[in-house]
Amino acid sequence: MEQKLHVTLLTGRTIEQGVGKEYGKASHEYYDACSMCYMDSDDMRKLGIKSNTNIKVTTPVGSVVLKAVKYPRGPTPGLIYIPYGPWANAICSYATTSIGMPSFKGTPADVEAAPGEKILTIEELLMSEFGR
Amino acid sequence: MTVIKSVTCPICGCLCDDIEVTVENNEVVKMKNGCAVCEGKFLGYKGEHRTKKPLIRKDGKLVPVTMKEAVHAAAEVLANANYPILYGWSSTSSEAQRVGVELAEEIGGVLDNTAVVCHGPSILGVQEVGIPTATLGQIRHRADLIIYWGCDPWSAHPRHLERYTNFTEGRFEKSEWTSYMTKLKAHAGNRKLASAMRIEDSKAKPKPQACYVGGSPPELSKGGRKLIVVDVRKSMTAEMADFFIQVEPNKDYEVLQALRALVKDKELDVDSVGGVPVEYLQDLADALVNCEFGVIFFGMGLTQTAGKFRNIEVAIQLVRDLNSKTKFMIMPMRGHYNVTGANVVSSWQSGYPYGVDFSLGYPRYNPGETTCMDVLLRDELDASLVIAADPGANFPKNAVQNMVKHPLIVIDPHMNATAMLGDIVFPAAFVGIEVDGTAYRMDSVPIPLHKVVDPPAGVLSDEEILKKILEEVKIIKAKNAKVA
Repeated sequence: MEQKLHVTLLTGRTIEQGVGKEYGKASHEYYDACSMCYMDSDDMRKLGIKSNTNIKVTTPVGSVVLKAVKYPRGPTPGLIYIPYGPWANAICSYATTSIGMPSFKGTPADVEAAPGEKILTIEELLMSEFGR
Repeated sequence: MTVIKSVTCPICGCLCDDIEVTVENNEVVKMKNGCAVCEGKFLGYKGEHRTKKPLIRKDGKLVPVTMKEAVHAAAEVLANANYPILYGWSSTSSEAQRVGVELAEEIGGVLDNTAVVCHGPSILGVQEVGIPTATLGQIRHRADLIIYWGCDPWSAHPRHLERYTNFTEGRFEKSEWTSYMTKLKAHAGNRKLASAMRIEDSKAKPKPQACYVGGSPPELSKGGRKLIVVDVRKSMTAEMADFFIQVEPNKDYEVLQALRALVKDKELDVDSVGGVPVEYLQDLADALVNCEFGVIFFGMGLTQTAGKFRNIEVAIQLVRDLNSKTKFMIMPMRGHYNVTGANVVSSWQSGYPYGVDFSLGYPRYNPGETTCMDVLLRDELDASLVIAADPGANFPKNAVQNMVKHPLIVIDPHMNATAMLGDIVFPAAFVGIEVDGTAYRMDSVPIPLHKVVDPPAGVLSDEEILKKILEEVKIIKAKNAKVA
């Protein structure tokens, strides 16, 4: 079992995130859809975790606690996928490579098990990052 | 109870215009034909997270105020700002966008839309090499090879396949829905069998990663429309595909260049490119050359990864090469329902599609310097107006940290993350549900949006709010000029 896994972070859309954003950013649908992270089943085994265990994802930008969910459609070793939203953006690279576009996909990250840590609500997350 | 047919869905760039809604007591109570996201919007628009009164932050908390008070406060901020940003514009009507351009010019601000974080690189790629494209109607009726590259329409544009590509009944190309359902049933049977075999052999381990996960090259020679997906993971759309190629992250540029070489009958002296064995790329190149009308739809998998606009440039160059052998088109999968409109309106009003800087009194455009992301990350702004978008949820946190240092005006129907962070918050009516308007589909075809219910009392449209702010800004500037 490994303490920490080096992975590539992808962020993007999911249908659940799309539905959640239409119900409202403070809705539980949006919270459930965006405060999670898809992982490869082998990678989860390496960390000694199962689906619905909390994990901590860290990049040079920061850290965020999310719920790990096994990716249901085939192997994605070394990749994690977080739906677009404030949780993903707490750790996304803001490098724009001089064209104004941040690097939302393909940035390196570390993942570790964090079963004792709490996933922040959107209000708590905004307060911790922006003081409002 | 009234049933309204042919309503346009104001969610994504597909702008499906066959939605049927049932209205009772000025509320949408039932709907037909929409996707899950569309249903979420039409049935959830009146939910608890709706703002109905203007709010201003006082002593750290947002408190309700009158519309007049909020308009005056917002106009004061904007009229006195030196370098404000005006961002969003993609989930509202082109009529509101037009007022936005005038406001940006009046206050000398930076006008930018959500393209900066989605298809901005596509625009840059198109500006480098042009774009051979078509309307979705033409693709629906004629395309026999569809490629989704770095996008997952099943998740982000759920009815794209059903209305415009493989699962639609075109005049010359038929729907592949029945064959897909047959394949799905066979796939489910195989999974049950595999599961039973795993139970039988407890030592069996999951298959190692393969770049090539779905479909097989023989399926590319089948009759009818073919569906190919290229992505870094097996998405839901990839599960539907006849052929799926899994590329290593950040390697799309290399794979596209390799395909260009193969299409031009060159030999590659490597075994694999971007994690994809060359024989699979050869199969793909053969399929591209042998189709009669092919289309590449691409998404954030190309624009947000390494290479960014260079990925788009080379994808368009591949399509250009293919047009010497067959007919091929390419189209970005635009996300917000009127982000295309934001680019179109900004272009015909200012000459530039996004990232337009009016601070010198005339429009300037230089992505890397004049997009709102650049201005935010350099912390050069002194105020922001955000409309019909949610950078609080969708921008990197460093950008948002700089945004909230300065006065933040938000216009949105929902109490979204940006509104929660805002200093002045305007409730707006939902365009396409409570207000009429115009939006541009992803193929740049303008489509009318329909009002089906009245907005809550006192809630104005984006266009009306912007006009009030613009009018007040002009009054304040005239007063300031007199004093000076």
